[in-house]
Amino acid sequence: MKRAFKEIISGFYSLVIGMRITIGQFFKRTVTVQYPYATLPIPARFRGHIELVRDPETGQPKCYACKLCERACPSDCILVDGAKLEGAKKKSVTVYKLDFTKCSLCGSCVEACRDAAIRYSRDYNLAGFSKEEYIMDLFAKLQAEAQAAGVPPEAPATVRPVKSEPAALPQTQALVPGARQGQTQQELRPTVLAQTQTPLPGARQSQVQQELRPAAPAPRSEPPKMEPVKAAAP
Amino acid sequence: MTSAETIPAEKQRETFVLNLGPQHPATHGVLRVKMTMDGEYVVRAEPVCGYIHRMQEKMGENRTYAQFLPNTSRIDYLSAMTYTHAFVGAIERAMKIQVPPRAEYIRVITSELNRISSHLVWWGAFLLDLGGFTPLLYAFDDREKILDLLEGITGSRLTYSYFRIGGLYNDVDDAFLKGTRQFVAQMRPRLQMYRALVTENIILRKRLIGIGPIRAEMCRKYGATGPVIRGSGVAYDVRKIEPYSVYPNFDFVAPTFPEGDSMARYLVRMEEMAQSLRIIEQGLDKLPAGPVMAEKVPRVLKLPPGDYCYAVEAARGRFAVRIVSDGKEIPYRVKLRSPSLSNLSLFEEASRGMLLPDALALMGSLDLVIPDIDR
Amino acid sequence: MTKLLKMMVAEPYRLGLALLVIMSFVGLNAAYLVWVERKGAGRFQRRPGPTEVGYAGLIQPIADAIKLLSKQLILPDGVDATLFRLAPLVVMAPALISLAVVPFSEKLLGRDINLGLLLIFALGSINVMAIMLGGWSSRNKYAIISAARVVSQNVAYEIPTLLVVITMIMVTGSMDLNEIVRQQAGGFWRWNLFRWDVNPLAPVTFLIFFICMLAETNRAPFDMAEAESELVAGAYTEYSGMGFGVFFMAEYANILLGCSVATVLFLGGWQSPVGIFSGVFWFLAKMYFLVFSVIWVRWTFPRTQFYGLLNLSWKILIPVSLFALILTSAMLKIFHRFHSV
Repeated sequence: MKRAFKEIISGFYSLVIGMRITIGQFFKRTVTVQYPYATLPIPARFRGHIELVRDPETGQPKCYACKLCERACPSDCILVDGAKLEGAKKKSVTVYKLDFTKCSLCGSCVEACRDAAIRYSRDYNLAGFSKEEYIMDLFAKLQAEAQAAGVPPEAPATVRPVKSEPAALPQTQALVPGARQGQTQQELRPTVLAQTQTPLPGARQSQVQQELRPAAPAPRSEPPKMEPVKAAAP
Repeated sequence: MTSAETIPAEKQRETFVLNLGPQHPATHGVLRVKMTMDGEYVVRAEPVCGYIHRMQEKMGENRTYAQFLPNTSRIDYLSAMTYTHAFVGAIERAMKIQVPPRAEYIRVITSELNRISSHLVWWGAFLLDLGGFTPLLYAFDDREKILDLLEGITGSRLTYSYFRIGGLYNDVDDAFLKGTRQFVAQMRPRLQMYRALVTENIILRKRLIGIGPIRAEMCRKYGATGPVIRGSGVAYDVRKIEPYSVYPNFDFVAPTFPEGDSMARYLVRMEEMAQSLRIIEQGLDKLPAGPVMAEKVPRVLKLPPGDYCYAVEAARGRFAVRIVSDGKEIPYRVKLRSPSLSNLSLFEEASRGMLLPDALALMGSLDLVIPDIDR
Repeated sequence: MTKLLKMMVAEPYRLGLALLVIMSFVGLNAAYLVWVERKGAGRFQRRPGPTEVGYAGLIQPIADAIKLLSKQLILPDGVDATLFRLAPLVVMAPALISLAVVPFSEKLLGRDINLGLLLIFALGSINVMAIMLGGWSSRNKYAIISAARVVSQNVAYEIPTLLVVITMIMVTGSMDLNEIVRQQAGGFWRWNLFRWDVNPLAPVTFLIFFICMLAETNRAPFDMAEAESELVAGAYTEYSGMGFGVFFMAEYANILLGCSVATVLFLGGWQSPVGIFSGVFWFLAKMYFLVFSVIWVRWTFPRTQFYGLLNLSWKILIPVSLFALILTSAMLKIFHRFHSV
């Protein structure tokens, strides 16, 4: 009997405490940000979709189409092609397409690139109306940015013809989403963030693991020959 | 659970089948539970999974080790760091790679932060099931701080892919260290607030105490791990029983409560959050300087042929990765031992004869993440 | 004789006007209490609530009303058409009628009946019947289960309500609501909440009345009937558009009614706490404070279990209110004289 009374009193008291906590929260400031009237700053290491990096001296992309990123991608999103210009030592990139409908933002491509020719963008306003907008032509976007920045674009006549691209990736005009993204990126870079060349402060410290993927998975006919399992000892 | 068990004759009143369909108002994910009901009482609850089967294990057979690493974050997206830890740990064990101590400590710190954020989601969603709408938003406010911290170092808020074979992707910066200390300092009073607002609340106690009792034998029978078995009195925590990484250097407790009801599992998780804060503090204090990546990690990873296993304590229980390699750069088999599947499998036996809302409370207290069940 | 004739002519117009005012008051309140609830819920959860539609979301209820009005009124196959259509009307009517006897100020009330409290509680059971009608006629097993639960919940909580009300009638000696308020004149220490000389458990009875009011109106933490995250979708499942809208409005009308009666019975109605400048402003202030408390309780606590709800009523509230009743009558007998009704 006494226990029942005590339970009623303590139970009621717990309810009062609960109400006191919520009314305390009632008078505190809200913690939400009224997007889209206000936005939050994006951190420096944010993993958005990738973009090509421009060499500030020459105005051209640093990428020379070594295709390490294409091989590292687990989802087969990247298509890179390049051609050697006359008189140049290395190839330069002519095609760089990212199929963003398959990209999982894992970052293997940026990690695989030996010369920091691609970096993460800080773009998150990626709504679109058609699937084609997401086949991002990063090379064309970089050219558009270079034009906007006043750097003369690469004259197309000196480039030898390249292999034709597969029909799957259409020639998209990425200029429209590019222009939008350029604008928003201006909004999203409050102070310094990155006009930097190396996108990630720590990225160069880690050793990059280059994984080669064979052309097709090996057919599985029989199980591998293994010795009996010795313990997976720690 | 065997389906050959029939309903005993005396129980064969007029029952109807209720489909807790793949789409739930209760935020568990796409799980279907076919419940045979006798009025309000559950006669039999049969979980049907597979609605979000994404063939993760098959993808493991088609990708190199580094390419599969982002997949590990997506198996159980709420506790992604620990799942990646298991995978890279298995490979490091196989290749006998020595991970530098700074990387190990940072792995522990970020895993524990992830554990706290996972438990916060569980707490909010569980209370939403029970009808309290406000604590979800308080939990998400705290979780936002964790996600901002982890976004500052990894670049992602949910599927981190931060660990690499041999260490980490990149080092943490001072902002992270300062921010984590601030977070720990402000999280402890918040946990006190949650205790006063929810745990001590008489309505919640009436709904959880004595509801959904699960005995230790049932946990052992189905292989349930994590807070489910620790809420039934068995002190099984992979960090204590099969220590991995640098957990032996930390001073913490794996909370265990003997009652076995939903309240015990609830309290285990609340206590685990407090213990995780302790671990994070100790980690920050003891963090050594040094590199975060091992020295000689080959570029093309080919594990020696064999069978390698690594188990971690994820937020939901014991997650283990077993890699069978035949010497190539692609594994022959990647087996992911899912804690949620084992936890779910005891639901059928445990929910017999319960009222439907109580059965739902039991399912909420098991903390299931359906993509982890289906992989 | 002429006075009677004058009254017979003028009174219907006055009553008609009063009912019109009450209906618009209830309608406006039902719409804007939704706004208050959503903003309040937002604030409790550290977020702003509706802000987009109009300044600070003030046009949101109108947008919701337009949405509800524009939906098709579906009559599912096999329902009992008469009862299905009748239920929303019946659920709204008692609240409106009862508000006609609640004194908003000394002169602002529909009709000053000397059995006002009896009218309110006589009509108070009808909305339960209306929910049962709605659930039954929906031909949906979840609606029936939910409606049956609502009935047992309401029946269980009517008993402590009535016991508490009888206690207060004994304290005040009258069932006339305006008279009850007049007796509480002179300052907040004269309110019935603080009349500990007659009813030592006055705060407890107020609390019991408040809890019962929450349960009668199916508000959290007693909202089993409309629990969204449980499996059953509630007694209102089959109603679409304005049918559902009327149930919704009726819930807020009942909350208004319950809070008004609580104000009148315990908190001094339109009396000012300092004794002067009484009026409708104080009534509204107190009533809206209680409405805010109802919202506050909803967003703080989880839902009780169904048997917990019934246990609370039968095992805790009824014994305590019975005890309060007996104590009050003992105090009255020993220390005071019984008022003559």
